Amino acid sequence: MEGAISSNFIGNSIYKHQTKTSIGAHNIFLGQVRADVIDGKTVAAIQYTAYEDMANQKFHDIREAAFKKFDLTCMHIYHSLGTVKAGEICLFVFVSSPRRKVVFKALEYIVEAIKAEVPVFGKEIFEDETHQWKVNN
Amino acid sequence: MNIKVKYFGQIVDATNTNEELVNVNGEQISDLLETLNNKYSQLKNKDFKIAQNKELVSLDTKLNGSEIALLPPFSGG
Repeated sequence: MEGAISSNFIGNSIYKHQTKTSIGAHNIFLGQVRADVIDGKTVAAIQYTAYEDMANQKFHDIREAAFKKFDLTCMHIYHSLGTVKAGEICLFVFVSSPRRKVVFKALEYIVEAIKAEVPVFGKEIFEDETHQWKVNN
Repeated sequence: MNIKVKYFGQIVDATNTNEELVNVNGEQISDLLETLNNKYSQLKNKDFKIAQNKELVSLDTKLNGSEIALLPPFSGG
């Protein structure tokens, strides 16, 4: 989705699951843009671009694998494209299951897979408008 | 063979274009890479993986005419 993911959107996603009463546990991961200080310069925002066709396919593959591996009722993944300022949310992963233990494991699996497999590229924009390309650890 | 090649992230800093058609003499990904290295001198300093038809491939993979993408390290999330 374009730009930051709002708390309103996240809250509304939780609300929409109230009708799914077989769910007993949700787990949510929110990735937030960090104002890293690198060589004395502070990150003001990250501009995200992606190889969208491949990213969508990878999200689909991760989703299929997660449903196969874990007893999930539903899962949702949203990643920002474009500019997200420091302090704003750029990744929202939401998993739901009848039981809590499943969602703890599933969420970590999904977030790590996104970081490793989905072709999204972050350009860190500093306060002085210079930039560097972000690399995941 | 003409191959559509897409560039992403910091690779665009080396190519100054997001995508183009590249004429390749040869049958493998390595042949395409040689062509691109000759065309873009800064590409050798970049770290990237190559996808063919949205799947990562190795240098000895055969070109099949589908879209190629040069993908720098992923940094989503």
